[in-house]
Amino acid sequence: MFKDVFNLKSLVLPGAIFVVLLILPPIIPRFYTYILAVIFVTALLAMSLNMVVGHGGLFQFHHGVFYGVGAYTVALMLTKTSLPIWACFVAGPIMAALVGLLIGAFCIRLTRLYFGMLQISLGSLVWAIAFRWYDLTGGDDGMHGIPMPPIISSSKGAYYFALIILAICMIVIYLIFKSPFGATLQAIRDNPDRCEAIGINVRRHQLIAIVIASFFAGIAGVLFVVVEGSVFPDLLFWVFSLEVFIMCLLGGWFTFAGPILGAAMMVSLRTFVGIYTEYWTLILGIVLILLIFFLPEGVWGFLLEKFGRQTKGAVEGGSE
Amino acid sequence: MLRVEEIHKSFDDFKAVNGANLTVQKGALVAVIGPNGAGKTTLFNLITGQLKPDKGKVVFNEEDISKLPPYQICRRGIARSFQIANIFPRLTVFRNVQVSVLSQQGKSRKLFYPAEKLAVKETNSILESVGLSDKAGNTAGSLAHGDQRALEIAIALGNEPELLILDEPTAGMSPEETTATIDMVKRLADLRGLTLLFCEHDMEVVFNAAQSIMVMHQGLTIIQGEPDEVRNSRQVQECYLGGAEPC
Repeated sequence: MFKDVFNLKSLVLPGAIFVVLLILPPIIPRFYTYILAVIFVTALLAMSLNMVVGHGGLFQFHHGVFYGVGAYTVALMLTKTSLPIWACFVAGPIMAALVGLLIGAFCIRLTRLYFGMLQISLGSLVWAIAFRWYDLTGGDDGMHGIPMPPIISSSKGAYYFALIILAICMIVIYLIFKSPFGATLQAIRDNPDRCEAIGINVRRHQLIAIVIASFFAGIAGVLFVVVEGSVFPDLLFWVFSLEVFIMCLLGGWFTFAGPILGAAMMVSLRTFVGIYTEYWTLILGIVLILLIFFLPEGVWGFLLEKFGRQTKGAVEGGSE
Repeated sequence: MLRVEEIHKSFDDFKAVNGANLTVQKGALVAVIGPNGAGKTTLFNLITGQLKPDKGKVVFNEEDISKLPPYQICRRGIARSFQIANIFPRLTVFRNVQVSVLSQQGKSRKLFYPAEKLAVKETNSILESVGLSDKAGNTAGSLAHGDQRALEIAIALGNEPELLILDEPTAGMSPEETTATIDMVKRLADLRGLTLLFCEHDMEVVFNAAQSIMVMHQGLTIIQGEPDEVRNSRQVQECYLGGAEPC
């Protein structure tokens, strides 16, 4: 199946980027290693969101919940239980997927904006638990200094761990994107009523997509704990979820690689403009306004359209 | 094969369908005609489950399907096209039809298998039969109006239906295109052994093509019968053809 989806040409660019990222850490300052690791985590989160937003057409407004649940699950299990570390790491995404199933099952009964509003409400309940239950979650202080196995506790270790997991997840998400499931999901995005009329159980399909997306958000949550060594309730706050949503729009939400670019831009903006002013969101606002007027398909969407005729086949396949 | 019995549907105070009856025999070509606002599209939406009837029954192959959701009705063997082009604008023409074929084959939820390799033969044969083969790689939203209408029918064919319902398949077409489309539809019906139910504005087309015609007026079935019978019905002439000689 790998042979069928990936051809050699399509692997050149991602492969080259991967190799460059592999050899970077010894060369660049530690701070940049850390920022890149944060970008990896955020990119995975944005990609998981884009599965339901860009490919599924759902208004997933509170994706941060699943990210936060993944992060809190692994943090709590690492600090409060003596289970083996791999079990804690696996539990994060699974718990996120379960919460995705639960919240999704309610939200899926509604459509469009109503779906988004209900998700914010239900998600905020989960946020309130993390924010208020001091005994368990540390409340608004969060949890810090979560113990990590030595191999990934250094910033370089965390970097490589995040990079490799991101690469694996990208391949899996790409396979899903290219599968009949992904094709049908994109058809639902374009026209849910018509899908219903050709025999597709639209709600069930969307629910499965939400669960899968939550699972990957959970993985991103685990990576966050590995990179940062801490968790706090802001991860589950709806404002942060909106930020991730913007990353998808920024990068290009109908494309596969767009969210990665969006995440990289957003984290860079926050980090490097944030050094000079705490009002970095002002710059973000201006960027967004320009985006809406000039690049409605996002940056990556724009690049694909402009230069994409030959690379389009390679990077996006025939499905766009 | 399909029987609609005394079906009613109102939107607030407006009675869109107010006692419609329809019988479709297997293998037949049945047309529904009526002036604008007669409730033809509402009737089709009631049959295929987009709307739920307030009263009455839709019986397909001896099963009451009036309470089923659209996707279940589709799986029973009824596919439809829509009056306004209802396609997947961002997907390729090929993918538009393939999604439908995949659904028919029960493969919509397959993860981890390249979609490119599935249902290719079936999809290509459908595209060929509606004359869209050379545009398979185009984005559906960029097609010309006539081609979108053809794609609309192709998507419905992907479900390999027993009964194909076409809601004004020639809406917005020139007379030549209309003739070509109707010929194509008839050819497809013969080829695939389809039963056809359609509604249409062009009287000439209807009286030439259909074996049975149902006339609707203000949500009510006035008559269903063979073309000659309908043509000569005084009731039809009075309320639909305005008393003038029918074509």
